[in-house]
Amino acid sequence: MPRTKIDTGHKVEYLSILDDQNKLDKELEPDISEERLLELYRTMLFGRRFDERMLNLQRQGRIGTFPPIKGQEAAQMGAVFHLRPKDWLVPAFRETAAEIWRGRSPASVLLYYNGFNEGTIIPMEQRDMPMAVPVGSQILHAVGLAYAAKYRGTDEVVMTFFGDGATSEGDFHEGLNCAAVYQAPVVFICQNNHWAISIPLQKQMHTATIAEKAQAYGMPGIQVDGNDVLAVYAAVEEACTRARNSDGPTLIECVTYRVMMHTTADDPSRYRSEEEVAVWQKKDPLPRFETYLEEKGLLDATGRDDLEDKVQQQIQEAVDAAEKQMKELGDPIYMFDHLYEQLPPYLQRQKEELEMRLQAKKKEADHG
Amino acid sequence: MAKMTMVQALNLALRQEMAKDDGVVLLGEDVGPDGGVFRVSDGLIDEYGEERVIDTPLAESAIVGMAIGMAVYGLKPVCEMQFSGFAYQAFHQLENHAARLRWRSQGRLTVPMVMRAPYGGGVRALEHHSESREAYWAHTPGLKMVIPSGPRNARALLLSAIRDPDPVIFYESKALYRAFREEVPEEEETMPIGTSQMVREGNDLTLIAYGAMLQPTLEAAAELAKDGIQAAVIDLLTIAPLDDSLMIESIRQTGRAVVVHEAPRSFGPGAEIITRLMESAFYYLEAPIQRVTGYDLIIPYFSREKLYMPDVKRILEAARATQIQ
Ligand SMILES: Cc1ncc(C[n+]2csc(CCOP(=O)(O)OP(=O)(O)O)c2C)c(N)n1
Ligand SMILES: [Mg+2]
Repeated sequence: MPRTKIDTGHKVEYLSILDDQNKLDKELEPDISEERLLELYRTMLFGRRFDERMLNLQRQGRIGTFPPIKGQEAAQMGAVFHLRPKDWLVPAFRETAAEIWRGRSPASVLLYYNGFNEGTIIPMEQRDMPMAVPVGSQILHAVGLAYAAKYRGTDEVVMTFFGDGATSEGDFHEGLNCAAVYQAPVVFICQNNHWAISIPLQKQMHTATIAEKAQAYGMPGIQVDGNDVLAVYAAVEEACTRARNSDGPTLIECVTYRVMMHTTADDPSRYRSEEEVAVWQKKDPLPRFETYLEEKGLLDATGRDDLEDKVQQQIQEAVDAAEKQMKELGDPIYMFDHLYEQLPPYLQRQKEELEMRLQAKKKEADHG
Repeated sequence: MAKMTMVQALNLALRQEMAKDDGVVLLGEDVGPDGGVFRVSDGLIDEYGEERVIDTPLAESAIVGMAIGMAVYGLKPVCEMQFSGFAYQAFHQLENHAARLRWRSQGRLTVPMVMRAPYGGGVRALEHHSESREAYWAHTPGLKMVIPSGPRNARALLLSAIRDPDPVIFYESKALYRAFREEVPEEEETMPIGTSQMVREGNDLTLIAYGAMLQPTLEAAAELAKDGIQAAVIDLLTIAPLDDSLMIESIRQTGRAVVVHEAPRSFGPGAEIITRLMESAFYYLEAPIQRVTGYDLIIPYFSREKLYMPDVKRILEAARATQIQ
């Protein structure tokens, strides 16, 4: 037998609808109602402003460490916007805007980042997993959820988010492979923000794109301009349709950039230049979308100001609510709740031990 | 001698051993220009280059698995897990290979690697960043488990760990990283792995602790001394293989003991320590041995973590309970 060539059709599509100069490709423009366009904008704006407020709170010592999302609003909102309440969201840890749009209260985000377990309470009606800190681990949960949804004969879709760094973990490769093998209705959204803490993309992987990895597992993969909310929206729409029609999973690589520090504990000046960041700041997804809306006549200066006011007011309410809750929630005995459905006897004894200690402490405080 | 934090002392150990032995390589996430998220490898990439200070892709199983290969080849890899809570990705490499290769090859292949990992609570970290799960590794035959308690012994033990012919898991308390400074000699200093240390003499009671728990234990001993109770304090330093000789010797004099660790209570290191004492010193015991530990819970998010962790007060209560009988 001679050596023969196997054609794997190895080509990766790239999608951008609003280009760098904000020129719209009319042919590719997705069909989104005016109302939904404005809602999309509002949630992106909320994500941005809430992030800025959290940074302030963190700097004032009012919350702990958190990972800012600034610059990634289009990548997450353009994607999650397609989920219906019955679909599932399986986030990593940098999808605050997406989680809030799904129904997580901003106050609970603040509780979480100020060290309260109550900050991960998920409303009963919501089909979301809590954020996952162990990188890449959530990807497999999405595949399991999707398998179950398919097994139950539903048209539900499961959307999971992860970063460029996460694609190095075994869990990513196992997840994609299993989803393809079972043709599970998963939409994999990679927010390629070019950095995993201090590790740049070129040190993370040796491929030109992340999207091409989909081909190795036998599923469609596409790279999109992740700072172009229309492109993200269009690509994810296709993927969701595919999943709903039982045509299997899709990998979507949203090319974006982490313009802030990894978390508030990180110092990016140790490993990257201001110039690189400046290039990406010019591609900020928010003004790009604003220009589009302005040109469509959907947004003007007054409309924007109104929206800003509304968003700021909502944020203030969340901060007030969280700070009020934090005062009420302090009881440490709560740490014994929710480990098991029923507290085993040895843990019951430990709980009583802590209760006695707390009572003694209180007595001391009262008398002292 | 310079006064150093634990971070600086660990950096010194790495720097000196890399200068001395070109087989020593570091690998981990963000260990290069970033110097590790806690800066333990700060500046080392400038001195030793990318080939020896290896920023890896984000994959813990890869880090440990590759280190095993490097060690078998004859290098001395020092892996960094960014946080001990992310070492579980590498669990199967450690349990199935690092711990067994010497045994499986009947001594032909060895794995002289170190896996460093920050552990423990008390620094207001996000979830998965505060656990104390040394028991996992101590439970695995073939692995060594070391936990220093201060800058000077951290430096000396890390040097010994790198030179050790077997795989060593090296836990570093985040709470201790910058908590205090100690004189650390510039000249090389090692400490034997598998040997505990008497850090305070006493004939009335034996307190046994390690890592971040040594400080509150010493404070408790000082309090007890005010009441005329002289407590011996033993710093374990190595969890596995456990050195039980010093503690057995001590309890034969004191008849009373308290074990302190922040790890959960059930099946924790305390359970093993107390069993050893019971096996070898049962007839010397004057009171039930006490343990002061984390509760059998996942450590709560940081607003409540203080009450999860053992503190001086809890250690004192347990110490006094041993005096009653
Ligand atoms: C399994 C695991 N290893 C290491 C870490 C520490 N860590 C947290 S985020 C991160 C980088 C993640 O990069 P990426 O996947 O690109 O996501 P991004 O932070 O850019 O959103 C690392 C190394 C972790 N949380 N989990
Ligand atoms: Mg990234």
